[in-house]
Amino acid sequence: MSVNETIASEAGRPEETIIPVKDPVDEAADAQSAPVEEGKTVGKPNVEDPKFKLRNVEVYYGEDRAIKDVSLDIGRNQVISFIGPSGCGKSTFLRCLNRMNDSIDICRVKGQLMLDDEDIYASKRDVVELRARVGMVFQKPNPFPKSIYDNVAYGPRIHGLANRKADLDEIVETSLRKAGLWDEAKDRLDAVATGMSGGQQQRLCIARAIAVSPEVILMDEPCSALDPIATAKVEELISEMSESYTIVIVTHSMQQAARVSNRTAYFHLGHLVEVNETNKVFTSPEHELTESYITGRFG
Amino acid sequence: MSNQSSQAEIVRNSLKRRYRKERRFRLYGILAIFLALGSLFVLFADIINKGHSGFVKTTVSLEINLDSEMMYLDDPTDKDQVSQADFVAPVIASLQEYFPDVESEAEIKQLGRLLGNYAASEIRDLLRDNPDLLDTTQTIDFLAHDRVSTYVKHADNPSYSIKLSEKQQEWVDELVEQGVISTSFNDVLFSRGDSREPANAGILGAIMGSLFTMLVTLVISFPVGIAAAVYLEEFAPQNKFTDFIEVNINNLAAVPSIIFGLLGLAVFINLFGMPRSVPLVGGMVLALMTLPTIIISSRAAIKSVPPSIREAAEGVGASKMQVVMHHVIPLAMPGMLTGSIIGMAQALGETAPLLLIGMVAFIVDVPEGFVDSATVLPVQVYLWASASEQGFVELASAGIMVLLTFMISMNALAIWLRKRLERRW
Repeated sequence: MSVNETIASEAGRPEETIIPVKDPVDEAADAQSAPVEEGKTVGKPNVEDPKFKLRNVEVYYGEDRAIKDVSLDIGRNQVISFIGPSGCGKSTFLRCLNRMNDSIDICRVKGQLMLDDEDIYASKRDVVELRARVGMVFQKPNPFPKSIYDNVAYGPRIHGLANRKADLDEIVETSLRKAGLWDEAKDRLDAVATGMSGGQQQRLCIARAIAVSPEVILMDEPCSALDPIATAKVEELISEMSESYTIVIVTHSMQQAARVSNRTAYFHLGHLVEVNETNKVFTSPEHELTESYITGRFG
Repeated sequence: MSNQSSQAEIVRNSLKRRYRKERRFRLYGILAIFLALGSLFVLFADIINKGHSGFVKTTVSLEINLDSEMMYLDDPTDKDQVSQADFVAPVIASLQEYFPDVESEAEIKQLGRLLGNYAASEIRDLLRDNPDLLDTTQTIDFLAHDRVSTYVKHADNPSYSIKLSEKQQEWVDELVEQGVISTSFNDVLFSRGDSREPANAGILGAIMGSLFTMLVTLVISFPVGIAAAVYLEEFAPQNKFTDFIEVNINNLAAVPSIIFGLLGLAVFINLFGMPRSVPLVGGMVLALMTLPTIIISSRAAIKSVPPSIREAAEGVGASKMQVVMHHVIPLAMPGMLTGSIIGMAQALGETAPLLLIGMVAFIVDVPEGFVDSATVLPVQVYLWASASEQGFVELASAGIMVLLTFMISMNALAIWLRKRLERRW
């Protein structure tokens, strides 16, 4: 995609992404002190036939309660974005979905987290199998310091998804194609991945995640380290992928949330304040805090 | 406005002082570097100055008539006869040809002393191996006596005392002029074990001893050290017990090396009944000494692997083991190797613990295995440095040069390995 096209597609965003502006001065003061009732989420936290069914989730770091009684459904083959000010727990919550929090010794997760009606945190649950189904893309592009090919082939290799070289080649190609990286990378599959640009690296990470054919892809601020053009490419990719994957994306950019997601969840200090269709959240937020946040009065 | 300009003036005035400070600070740094380089240079110059002559041997090339009657020897394969035979006589006879006027018993004795003590046994060995040479005339290169060698090499050097009589000095001068006595590269140094005779002493025994010892050390300390580091860093739970282990490993790194020697003596030799003076035990003791260094540097290398790589691997579903094996260890390898090689270089230069387990013995034979009595390079240097004969002084310095060469090569290897592995990743 050329630069011109990117700008064109930016310009042609749908109406609903326009954020309503209110007079910011007088409401800013009481915005953060507005009451949040624990476990009380406005909007529509539940959907039909959810991919994830999360009930009364609480996450503790030692004594600290980082996530407070959050209940939420994540729809199948939908894009849901988590927004909220820094430290509101949206990344923590995201990391519960494929148990990336496991490696933090002091982290404890309570509540019911179901993926297709199977408990994610069940003691018999194999985390390796879970992560093969729930892939993840991180904030900073983190390709392995190996070749482009090996990066994409790593997941299929360790899971034994391809027995023959030809199968592996095919997985690598289709993954890179889906990530929109094939044309740029096909001639230098043996080149070291860390030599690519930031945007290419992030798309490579997406290719790496989809190479193991996950059902869900978690994205933790995938564009925060990218320039606007690379961001546009990744966003376009997310929109394309939403047909076949369930995507959960944490973002600091409300425009991004508005552009890519079907539903949006607003987190505040560990509470899930509001969840709804994206256009509803951005055009007519029900909760005072959500409104203050999306109109830019704090965050 | 005036307020601003005065502020600018204050800043300007302070600038001079700041720059002066900076210049002074830089000067200190340069001085420190010069001091370090200077002392290194003096050290090297001194060692090379003393040691370079150790790489030169003095030989006396004589035509020897292996006359059977003169030696009272018919059959060089007969042990009894060989033990009775006089192998010195043909040497004396050969020397007398150059100095026909030497006749008195005392002078003949002095003349014979120009050659090393092993001249006779050289002829004996030659005949034993080639009995056909009996009653022929052969040109044989003998090693000159230590004193002759010192005289030839250091006649002008006041720090050496010449222990030859005037007569002997005359003879030597004469023989040098005739080309009978000459100097050449000291291959003896690199082809023999230790000897009481400086001219016959070689460092090969110590080199092989060091090699075997280092092999044992490497085979034990490298895998154990890395396994311990990986476990502590990646798998061990964070609790009081692992903290305790960590503190103790750090303490072990600071334990004086001689303590490890005591441990080796008490445990390996006294308790397990392993032999003394052998590379196997020496290597085990040095491995214990090197372990903390390897563990600490390997842990640092593992810690420096960015967590994002771990997360990336976990994110696609790699198990803990796969994360460690596929990503952490390969990325940490350059650091782990560097640490290990520096640890090995330390072990190579270590003397104290080996003294206690008996690797300080005088050993003539070049060791051929892990359980042959052996000594190591630094111990050999120590032995030579404390020997009384003058000839050993230059050998000790030459030994230090050999040891330094080994160390520098090991460090160069460490740098090369790191560069190479880093490029691959």
